[in-house]
Amino acid sequence: MATVATTTATVQARRARPGGRLRAGALGIVAWLAGLVFVLPLLWMVLTSFHSEADAATNPPSVTAPLTLDGYREFFGLTGGASPWPALINSMTASVVSTLLTLLLAVPAAYALSIRPVKKWTDVLFFFLSTKMLPLVAGLLPIYLFAKNTGLLDNIWALVILYTAMNLPIAVWMMQSFLSEVPVAIIEAAQIDGAKLPTVLTRVVAPIALPGIAATALICFIFSWNELLFARVLTGVVAETAPVFLTGFITSQGLFLAKVCAASLVISLPVLAAGFAAQDKLVQGLSLGAVK
Amino acid sequence: MTLTSPARAAAAPVRPAAPRPNRMRAWATRAPLLPALIFMIVVTQLPFVATLVISFLDWNALYPDDRRFAGFANYGEVLSDPALRKSIWTTILLTVTVVLVSLLLGLLLALLLNRRFRGRAAVRTMLIAPFLLVPVAAALLWKHVLFNPEYGLFNGILHAIGGDGAAQPDWISEMPLVAVEASLIWQWTPFMMLILLAGLQSRDPQLIEAARMDGASDWQVFVHITLPHLRRYLELGVLLGSIYIVQNFDAVFTITSGGLGTANLPYTIYQTFYQAHENGLASAAGVIVVIGSLILATFALRVVSSLFREEVSR
Repeated sequence: MATVATTTATVQARRARPGGRLRAGALGIVAWLAGLVFVLPLLWMVLTSFHSEADAATNPPSVTAPLTLDGYREFFGLTGGASPWPALINSMTASVVSTLLTLLLAVPAAYALSIRPVKKWTDVLFFFLSTKMLPLVAGLLPIYLFAKNTGLLDNIWALVILYTAMNLPIAVWMMQSFLSEVPVAIIEAAQIDGAKLPTVLTRVVAPIALPGIAATALICFIFSWNELLFARVLTGVVAETAPVFLTGFITSQGLFLAKVCAASLVISLPVLAAGFAAQDKLVQGLSLGAVK
Repeated sequence: MTLTSPARAAAAPVRPAAPRPNRMRAWATRAPLLPALIFMIVVTQLPFVATLVISFLDWNALYPDDRRFAGFANYGEVLSDPALRKSIWTTILLTVTVVLVSLLLGLLLALLLNRRFRGRAAVRTMLIAPFLLVPVAAALLWKHVLFNPEYGLFNGILHAIGGDGAAQPDWISEMPLVAVEASLIWQWTPFMMLILLAGLQSRDPQLIEAARMDGASDWQVFVHITLPHLRRYLELGVLLGSIYIVQNFDAVFTITSGGLGTANLPYTIYQTFYQAHENGLASAAGVIVVIGSLILATFALRVVSSLFREEVSR
């Protein structure tokens, strides 16, 4: 609401002055140009992925070359290379299972930090946040040694546990900020009417919190899907994830631009989908709930 | 909640000690929190303790029996080894450049997007897109599709504009750090833009309106109202951006493999233990990264908590 008010106010203020409309139009064009510049590499990637390797590697670039699915065929291993499916399935497993685990731990924790807060709940909240600010790379070696000694090396469950820990602070912060939007008065009213805790949770809290839970899940999914360092160090042939597969996909022989573009796009597709689905809550998640 | 306490009070005299139900209730309130808290401490805090211990050991994984206490020797070596010292400097340079340039571009884009124009939603989507590419994919895109000296898009465009005599630089060998920075700036500008856009939209419209009534120009409104209001959002962008970029591994690993003077601390730590098997050294470098991050985090927590308190008191 406030947004709409701001823009209409500025638009009206501008209209009142001579030449304002012309300038507003010019700035609109500048915004479009900036958007195009930013999206150009991505569009070029899409176009290249549909070109043949020979057409992808010309200089100057051949924009109007005939389109083909060869790059995608080669990525999916239909022409004899390694199949990406095991890596894609590993990534899916690690991301989906860790996201579910994260929510399982984060939602009750956020409940105890918002709706029915423990004493010193802000301190607990900031403890979660401070763990996110320590670089995980500093714990890489002990985690590697632990995985090696317990047989968790090249095991997708090691990544599931790490990704859960990696995303838990973000999820707790996001869920805390979503759950604190649930009005306490409604919960108390339900309790006065004799509703028991499970009923209050499913009938009152859940409907208000569900969009927030969905956004949190999407953001956790994106971070897990993108992760490279731990996947690279802790997995090998069996548990390799999609980003690791992507780094090993390029061979030094022959042309590979079209298939690299195809591979990068297919592997980014789940993130692009999740990101656009969570677009409105993206900032809130990335800024750990500090910006709404 | 008020209804449940009399019921409990009535039950209390049956038990010998009165405070017990209270204590039980406190634990019932705490219970939902504990699994997350314990999981977090075990998985993320214990490794740091282990890293701290290992950083005081002289321990090469290739000679596992030859492990002994080394005091601060690893720290001495990390801080005196030119390659490791360089990677500390590279980390700072990379982080500062990427954060400041993305912040400035993000501010300009947020200001552009904060006005009403045809297709605003489409432009917003176009600007967010780079951020939603898997980081490895983005790095590969810049390395091979854009920067390649023979058939990359940049040289292709130079060729198309300048004809056969056009310059065809080998971007990555000639300016390796700038190449890594460019790809990161492309991905992180949308992040800064989103935070600053949220900041712009939380300005008080009446204040701006009043300033305009008093005859303030766009520039005066920007300098005296918008910038002071944005200050904390700018701080937040700088700090969160720094936290994410300091830890960057993907771009350095993919674009230059840490070569040509682009190895930052995360990459160096990875290499020191994964390829050189120097566990003690890698851990000492890790502890140095943690100390650096703690300094950053102290500031970051302060900014977040001031935004947070404002939100709670609202």
